[in-house]
Amino acid sequence: MSSSLTSRNEAGIFYVLAAIGGLVTAVGLGSALYMEHAGHVVTGMNNQIVWGIPHVFAIFLIVAASGVLNVASIGSVFGRVIYKSRAPLSGLLSIAMLAGGLAVIMLDLGRADRIIVAATHFNPTSVFGWNVILYPGMFAIVAVYIWTMMERRMNAYSKPAGFAAFIWRILLTTGTGSIFAFLVARQAYGSALLAPMFIIMSFAWGLAVFVVVQAAMYFWNGMRLPPLVLQRMKNLLGLFVAATLYFTAVLHLTNAYFAKQTAFEYFLLFDSEFSALFWVGQVLIGSIVPMILIWSTTGQRMTWVTVAALLVIFGAFVQLYVFIIGGQAFPLDIFPGYDVKSSFFDGQVDHYTASLPEILLGLGGIGIAFTAITIGVRVLRFMPQDDVQHLETAGAITD
Amino acid sequence: MSEQNNPRRAFIAAAGAGVAGLGFTAIAPGLHLMAVAQAADATTNSPAARKAGEAASSAVRWGLLVDATKCAPGCTKCVEACHTENGITEKMPDARQNSQWIRKIELVDRRNGRKTELPMMCQHCANPPCVDVCPTGASMKRADGIVLVDRHSCIGCRYCMMACPYKARSFVHAPLTEQNPEVPRGKGCVESCTLCAHRVDKGQNPACVEKCPEGAMIFGDLMDPNSAISKRIASVPTTQVRSDLRLDVGVRYQGI
Repeated sequence: MSSSLTSRNEAGIFYVLAAIGGLVTAVGLGSALYMEHAGHVVTGMNNQIVWGIPHVFAIFLIVAASGVLNVASIGSVFGRVIYKSRAPLSGLLSIAMLAGGLAVIMLDLGRADRIIVAATHFNPTSVFGWNVILYPGMFAIVAVYIWTMMERRMNAYSKPAGFAAFIWRILLTTGTGSIFAFLVARQAYGSALLAPMFIIMSFAWGLAVFVVVQAAMYFWNGMRLPPLVLQRMKNLLGLFVAATLYFTAVLHLTNAYFAKQTAFEYFLLFDSEFSALFWVGQVLIGSIVPMILIWSTTGQRMTWVTVAALLVIFGAFVQLYVFIIGGQAFPLDIFPGYDVKSSFFDGQVDHYTASLPEILLGLGGIGIAFTAITIGVRVLRFMPQDDVQHLETAGAITD
Repeated sequence: MSEQNNPRRAFIAAAGAGVAGLGFTAIAPGLHLMAVAQAADATTNSPAARKAGEAASSAVRWGLLVDATKCAPGCTKCVEACHTENGITEKMPDARQNSQWIRKIELVDRRNGRKTELPMMCQHCANPPCVDVCPTGASMKRADGIVLVDRHSCIGCRYCMMACPYKARSFVHAPLTEQNPEVPRGKGCVESCTLCAHRVDKGQNPACVEKCPEGAMIFGDLMDPNSAISKRIASVPTTQVRSDLRLDVGVRYQGI
């Protein structure tokens, strides 16, 4: 393997990557401490835009953490062999991203020191309350699932464990989508469509993250992903991106049809700082360009599929920014039919500029996930082991 | 060595006095607050006053009626009274980060340009979305209908602010000083109009109602057909803001 990194170089790169991840994590934790000490006055969030960039990072990580497990589910639950060999890696990515996302959302709390209160006081009508059960449960189930896959004596239990993880993550992402679906106050949210939409978003974003990490691991080891595996995964990614775009279209068309929502839809799609982000960032760069890359001749090459996956991840961040910040920037319609103004900025479009500490907190979540993945793939055997020759003979891979 | 000048005994005596002094210092504020509370109880002979330790009653539902036709343009007496009563004094560099428990809203009817002004605050819903979404139960509704935030269990997630259709809640963005001891507030928690629960429990009206120079606000028990508020609601058309949401609010408006 002439192109592979020598073991000495490899060890060096591992320490450099782990150090970068650790540094980003430390800076994120430092930012959280600063926000905790000074208060949210040092963020761009306010009483109108109450959730900001930390929530964009956190929700991306949590949604992608659920979706990345799709690779394992296709293998364990639906019996696809090429996915089966990738299931442990998919579990590791899931746990790592979930940890990063949860850390960000918890450290952004006004009273992060009261996390024990959140763990001991449960309100059954709160979607956040459900998530207090769903998120830690996901950790436990995925950890057991990985164990059943990596410990030979437990292999017999990997299918039921995988099935449990599959059901749990569908519930988990339903819970994440429902955070917004159950809000009656703001025009942007309050649609049952958000629950299934978040599930399909999770499929696309999770698979995109998997493709990128897998490409890095194959590069690291000087290996080439078998073309048939690449073919299967990129087609699936394209399908999920298309489905996400479909749900996005349905959500906005439904809203635009209702007279009470038209003003908001016009604002978001055509008349605000979020319009260009939506059309260029989310739709063009985050959805259409990746689909072109995937389904044109460029899609035969790993590099371009990886680029497409990176664009899907970029589009995901833009989508969440437009959805979360844009949804709050539009004023509440408290008095329909009236123009309103007040000292509390009623009737005014709000503008949000993320401050450095909150951006660093969000990046800290990525740092946590990155560090956990780097260490995980180094110390344990997460590299997918394909026997493509054998699989082709057995007819397990079909296009 | 005589007993008088035994240094060990002297030390123990001094330490004992010190501990007793510290103990008194620790409980003195509590004793003072109890005396203040008892004095306050003695000054209000209203039958509606609630004794300390007595639970709020579901036999009453406190509510407000705002007569927007009387609300004077540009007048912010209710807002000032609220801020004074509840110790809302902070001024953030970004005004959007300031707490506002009550605000004056100016409405202009798009069809005919008719102007109306009214105070807006927590509407004390019977079915409050903020209570539904709160993960810890810190957002809660008292038996007498007053919607409050328990400052001890609020974790500052701001989900209630996302859920409130009235933009009634504020998040405390920075450390606070000069608080009113009867109205504890704190950095990192969400807060909103308490309907001056601390005054109501003493049989007094909320500060905004008391200080309104136009007499545009009536406070009272919505479940008592003989209360002034119930009689007015029975005799004139009143509005529940965002009545389409079926939240059954405790604050009603007349003249909008």
